[in-house]
Amino acid sequence: MPLELFTVGEPIADTKAPTDVPVPQMWEERKFRARLVNPANRRRLSVIVVGTGLAGGSAAATLAEAGYRVKNFWFQDSPRRAHSVAAQGGINAAKNYRNDGDSVHRLFYDTVKGGDFRSRESNSYRLAEVSAAIIDQAVAQGVPFAREYGGLLDNRSFGGAQVSRTFYARGQTGQQLLYGAYQALERQIGLGNVETHGRTEMLDLVVVDGRARGIVVRDLITGQISTHLADAVVLASGGYSNVFYLSTNAKGSNVTAAWRAHKRGALFANPCYTQIHPTCIPVSGDYQSKLTLMSESLRNDGRVWVPKERGDDRDPRQIPEAERDYFLERKYPAFGNLVPRDIASRQAKNVCDEGRGVGPTGLGVYLDFTDAIERLGRSTIEAKYGNLFDMYNRITGEDAYETGMRIYPAVHYTMGGLWVDYDLESNIPGLFVIGEANFSDQGANRLGASALMQGLADGYFVLPNTLANYLADGPFPKVAADHPAVVEAETAVRTQTERLLSINGTRTVASFHRELGRLMWDLCGMERSEEGLRKALDRIPEIKHEFWTNVKVSGEQGVFNQNLEHAGRVADFIELAELMCVDALHRNESCGGHFRAESQTPEGEALRDDENFAYVAAWEYTPDGTPPVLHREALEYEYIHLAQRSYK
Amino acid sequence: MNLTLKIWRQVSPVKKGKMVSYHVTDVSPDMSFLEMLDVLNEKLILDGDDPIAFDHDCREGICGSCGLMIDGVAHGPEQATVCQLHMRSFSDGDVIDIEPWRSGGFPVVKDLVVDRSAFDRIISAGGYISAPTGTAPEAHATPVPKKDSDAAFDAATCIGCGACVAACPNGSAMLFTAAKVAHLGLLPQGQPERDARVLRMVGQQDAEDFGGCTNIGECSAVCPKGISMETISRLNHDLLGALRAGAVPAS
Repeated sequence: MPLELFTVGEPIADTKAPTDVPVPQMWEERKFRARLVNPANRRRLSVIVVGTGLAGGSAAATLAEAGYRVKNFWFQDSPRRAHSVAAQGGINAAKNYRNDGDSVHRLFYDTVKGGDFRSRESNSYRLAEVSAAIIDQAVAQGVPFAREYGGLLDNRSFGGAQVSRTFYARGQTGQQLLYGAYQALERQIGLGNVETHGRTEMLDLVVVDGRARGIVVRDLITGQISTHLADAVVLASGGYSNVFYLSTNAKGSNVTAAWRAHKRGALFANPCYTQIHPTCIPVSGDYQSKLTLMSESLRNDGRVWVPKERGDDRDPRQIPEAERDYFLERKYPAFGNLVPRDIASRQAKNVCDEGRGVGPTGLGVYLDFTDAIERLGRSTIEAKYGNLFDMYNRITGEDAYETGMRIYPAVHYTMGGLWVDYDLESNIPGLFVIGEANFSDQGANRLGASALMQGLADGYFVLPNTLANYLADGPFPKVAADHPAVVEAETAVRTQTERLLSINGTRTVASFHRELGRLMWDLCGMERSEEGLRKALDRIPEIKHEFWTNVKVSGEQGVFNQNLEHAGRVADFIELAELMCVDALHRNESCGGHFRAESQTPEGEALRDDENFAYVAAWEYTPDGTPPVLHREALEYEYIHLAQRSYK
Repeated sequence: MNLTLKIWRQVSPVKKGKMVSYHVTDVSPDMSFLEMLDVLNEKLILDGDDPIAFDHDCREGICGSCGLMIDGVAHGPEQATVCQLHMRSFSDGDVIDIEPWRSGGFPVVKDLVVDRSAFDRIISAGGYISAPTGTAPEAHATPVPKKDSDAAFDAATCIGCGACVAACPNGSAMLFTAAKVAHLGLLPQGQPERDARVLRMVGQQDAEDFGGCTNIGECSAVCPKGISMETISRLNHDLLGALRAGAVPAS
């Protein structure tokens, strides 16, 4: 690796997990050692929460219930719109209601293995440990999970697991869990415990005397730029899949809050770990603005196949069994269609690369329900997946009960994010990062139904304990509105906004976003190679230069201006893209969602290099032109034996 | 196909708006309605015009952000959110009217964007079960009959888009309020606050600038999630029950 792309700094370590006790006792021990804040003192302490998804919404509600003064910010018109609402499949919990051998230890094991041994054992264990309480909490709030005739909760199995531990609410689990958190938040708003700032976007972090003390925001309706101060800042601003332009994320999902915190000193960990979801509706044309996911739960009953022969363009119903290749069942007999997402995605790509893809573009595989409908009856399939079949019909105009679906992988989730310790605190004291925005407990690949689990675990159960430990030192000295750090941050935001509006070039923001997205999908997508990544790293600075000299942003600053919002987000995506490629290039191994062409087994499976890469790559931002600094956090596996993942 | 769009343009809440015509060409039938607007907006930006403001986010019919009156019908000709409407529902040469939600309760922010925060205030007034984090009993402690759970789920699928208000000749938010009252009232966990909930939520709805419900049913007919009028019956049942029991809102 040539030195010019990055430099290596001091290693870092998580200093908060009590490593003197065994992993199963760590969380209890941490909670016990954490300092507490007397209920009477909590109302003197204020916390900014950015975001209202599963992590942010549950955190804001829980902190307000505890008695802290919460200031909550979101960019949509209502907290109920956060992108968690779109999660379909379900949420894992180690309840063992099926009596099928599940346990906290097994969920822990599945998470670490599913993450391809690139997550912390301590964090993954805690996630599994608190999972059961999430279900209890959601049920108490009135979340209408699917139930059986006896009135008890139903479960299904999900990719990467051999037990049935996924709780679900038809194909709208994220929506229902989010509304549970949203309603708890609205209750606190009604009680006057939360100061709300809707349609407001965070554009910078204010760091005073080494502590995160506030944020600079733009009111999206009036365009007013202002600073809000508090004793601590919590980022729950989601993932960055939209760096690929086409992804399953909502159009507004962006990296801006996290990226601007990164530019203020927060380390960004494992940015190259992105998850490509195997079951999305294929692209139909250039105007395409987003991709639609079909819940992975469909793989419980749907069978994935392509024709055995290349170029076989017959109607799928006319292709006899003997001429079909159920490639996941053939290659992975133990897990079949339920292999983890990274494997299912890459295998779909492989058969399409062989020329056996289906549909108008050749970039698709069949997900076929014929057998399940014969076995269970159409009404059962309708009850389980009706809304997904309807959605498919609406987008493609096809009836999946008759013809099956066509699916293709799409970017869906990002495992990378801001670096945090066991307390979910970044390297900037007082800046906490929760949910998808942090680099998470998911390692290099997230298992299905684990994102909802992590978001709610962080917001309901983890952060409220660890944040108290930090706030026990507060309240911190009041920051004056004209403090140099505040003035500097606000000025930086104003300057950037004015600059974007003054370029008045010849290309739209969206055209840059599309170009960047295509480049990232081709060169830093499902398969990465040194050659491709170097090409991307040559091209991205050119895109950046052209953006800052030739973009055309319409309108003015002091008004409702969606084009200006988009411009700021794309500017950050361009910078993030560069770091993603550096991270992907430096990690010369394959692991989970990061597949390097140079590092595979003879059978074409991801080949890890534990000797050289069993670490978290946490990147430090350095000002323009100088290479980022790599800080390594070593990963050690004491409970789960490091092994080549096998789902055969 | 080629289309003529007549779109409501309004610079700000206090300025007067008007319909403006735009011609769009080479529209693919596989485009979504919002993608068609994206293409128009890119053209407007390059021409130095102000692009059309409209709310949208997930573009898969679940976040509830998007919502347009298309030829006078909330969300347009398919019973689905606008983001799920595709241009194959239209024909070459069509003239399409596009307006924001119209209701006193939803003031226009800009062009096709409206302020729906009144919905949040209705939820805030009582659309929840008080279950502070950490107080929950084991999930299986209270079995819920499947038919109640399924009916609660059907009501809970409301995405808060506001089409019901836009479609209602009275501008009533009753279907939205009723969906939440029905969802929570059908579950055993929702019983302790059932009376107070309906009183507070209806009280808040009346305090906002919405009209009253006269059981016309336009709301349910355009609802992208198919929320049933039965939820309104349930709300009325709960409301009468609460009043008969002499319940008084706690606030």
